Amino acid sequence: MHIVVCIKQVPDSAQIRVHPVTNTIMRQGVPTIINPYDLFALEEALKVRDHHGGEVTVLTMGPPMAEEALRKALTYGADRAILLTDRHFAGSDTLATSFALSQAISQIGNSFDTPDIVFTGKQTIDGDTAQVGPGIAKRLNLVQLTYVAKITSIDLSARAITVERRSEGGTHVLKSELPCLITMLEGTTVIRRGSLDDALRAARSEIVKWNAAEAGIEDITKCGLRGSPTVVKRVFAPTPREQKAVQIDTTEKRVHDIANELVASIFTHQPALQHELSSAGSA
Amino acid sequence: MAGKTQFQWDDPFLLEDQLTEDERMIRDTARAYAQDRLQPRIIDAYREESTDPEIFREMGELGLLGVTVSDTYGGVGASYVAYGLVAREVERVDSGYRSMMSVQSSLVIYPIYAYGSEEQKQKYLPKLISGEWISCFGLTEPDAGSDPAGMKTRAIKTESGYRLVGSKMWISNAPLADVFVVWAKSETHGGAIRGFVLEKGMKGLSAPKIAGKLSLRASITGEIVMDNVEVGEEALLPNVEGLKGPFGCLNRARYGISWGALGAAEFCWHAARQYGLDRKQFNRPLAQTQLFQKKLADMQTEITLGLQGSLRVGRLMDEGRMAPEMISIVKRNNCGKALDIARMARDMHGGNGISEEYQVMRHMVNLETVNTYEGTHDVHALILGRAQTGLQAFF
Repeated sequence: MHIVVCIKQVPDSAQIRVHPVTNTIMRQGVPTIINPYDLFALEEALKVRDHHGGEVTVLTMGPPMAEEALRKALTYGADRAILLTDRHFAGSDTLATSFALSQAISQIGNSFDTPDIVFTGKQTIDGDTAQVGPGIAKRLNLVQLTYVAKITSIDLSARAITVERRSEGGTHVLKSELPCLITMLEGTTVIRRGSLDDALRAARSEIVKWNAAEAGIEDITKCGLRGSPTVVKRVFAPTPREQKAVQIDTTEKRVHDIANELVASIFTHQPALQHELSSAGSA
Repeated sequence: MAGKTQFQWDDPFLLEDQLTEDERMIRDTARAYAQDRLQPRIIDAYREESTDPEIFREMGELGLLGVTVSDTYGGVGASYVAYGLVAREVERVDSGYRSMMSVQSSLVIYPIYAYGSEEQKQKYLPKLISGEWISCFGLTEPDAGSDPAGMKTRAIKTESGYRLVGSKMWISNAPLADVFVVWAKSETHGGAIRGFVLEKGMKGLSAPKIAGKLSLRASITGEIVMDNVEVGEEALLPNVEGLKGPFGCLNRARYGISWGALGAAEFCWHAARQYGLDRKQFNRPLAQTQLFQKKLADMQTEITLGLQGSLRVGRLMDEGRMAPEMISIVKRNNCGKALDIARMARDMHGGNGISEEYQVMRHMVNLETVNTYEGTHDVHALILGRAQTGLQAFF
């Protein structure tokens, strides 16, 4: 079977620090990593491949330096890596990104083998939208299995897959057909560690590089800034709340008095609440 | 005209650009292992003076124990520069963990690989490289440290092989070891120093732990006691005689130490820098004071120059153009400088610097050993003095 895993190179947010004097973010020297959620998708893909045979292709869209993330993915044991890179892709929002990636996935199907499963992480740690996976699924008309915690079984002859999907209030057990798109949850599995042999193999592997035309994209207006309707109007740090926590001295007073004063003070700040409660009491 | 480039404070001379893709990927694999698996253990291991034998298995599984050995015996077949980069990443966590690795790879796997018979290679190398077997190297004795030719351990010829008598001191890994490479004066070879491969469980062979070390506490150290240990002819390393046997191994280990010590120094430098940025006194960060910045500049300079030196020596080793004196320069310089840097970092951390949590004092105390073992700072000076005057001043 053929599995495609979409990954993204992101700044290592754990290592971003704020300058002690200027209070600005110190970007210099912040290393890049594979989006941590994508690693769970990759691990799950490798496990499926190890069990059922086939190949894992990792795909990313980004600047030339994103090659580093792909090589890293190869050290974990991926079979092939494709970098989608073109200045036309610069400034892509989730709509344009999912367009470019879905075109590239179709091209991967033409060039190598049609994917049975496309994996993504549940979201990235820089954008946090969780939209690209579902966007790809919609464009490629794939069954969409989001927030998957576990792949229970795959029956290749019946073209069927069963997964556990975590949702609010419980777990869905979903049975679906292949091909499908899965967005994996984090913490679902232990990520393997590549050996030095894997590192050497990755270092010596060729990374396939596609520009927009090579990825089979004809309508360039759907890519990059031009294909991105999302506009960032403003970036700001949230202002701290005006109300501060109050420490109540409990040594001198009776608990009953403290409680009464507390309720009175809450009602001063929230007159509507007092009204609501008193009308509820009279009803 | 020279173009401009952005200065990278943590890689001033762009070492990164001087590495091959193979070397970078190997380094990244070693770093990920060291940071994910070794770093979380070290503070407790050091405090409790406990050595986890599982670490050998983990390192073996990744290939860290046979970086330069050909893949015929399970090695990776990579460059000496790659080996150095691995040592730097492991020692960034702790010199003891790097010592465990250096001993197994350079001091045991290397001599069996270079001086052993085909049978010895087949028997020992795959299991040592995979970490299934743990090993140690016995050269130093209670009364023979800087002067190994003064060793008292003897190999006496018997009908079927040899009988070994003597004891070794300050032997890393010994209490856990399955395989022992020991050096002894062999009467049947005219009193020349010869290497022997011993195995745990042989009658008369024991390896008691040396307790009470205040340095390298996460790496177990012992004695090797050989009370008439009988071995067959097949235990002799056939292809080397004299001190060049142990020195051939030590050269490689010392080269790795030159990288490793700078890994520890880099940890201390980065920690001191970060502490200086975070810690405010007199209404400003410590890092905004001239004394602090002067120390940071010294650390940066010494580490940057030292790394370039080790890289150059590694490249020469890979080209087959190594002279042991080159290794004396980088082993001596980098260990001495790393120790200075660790002491300075301890000082720059103020009172917090003595706490295990900040880790600089652990590196500092470890580096006291690293500066001493495998040829003390002074002994390497004598090697270099002899090389440029033609006059030995050892005795």
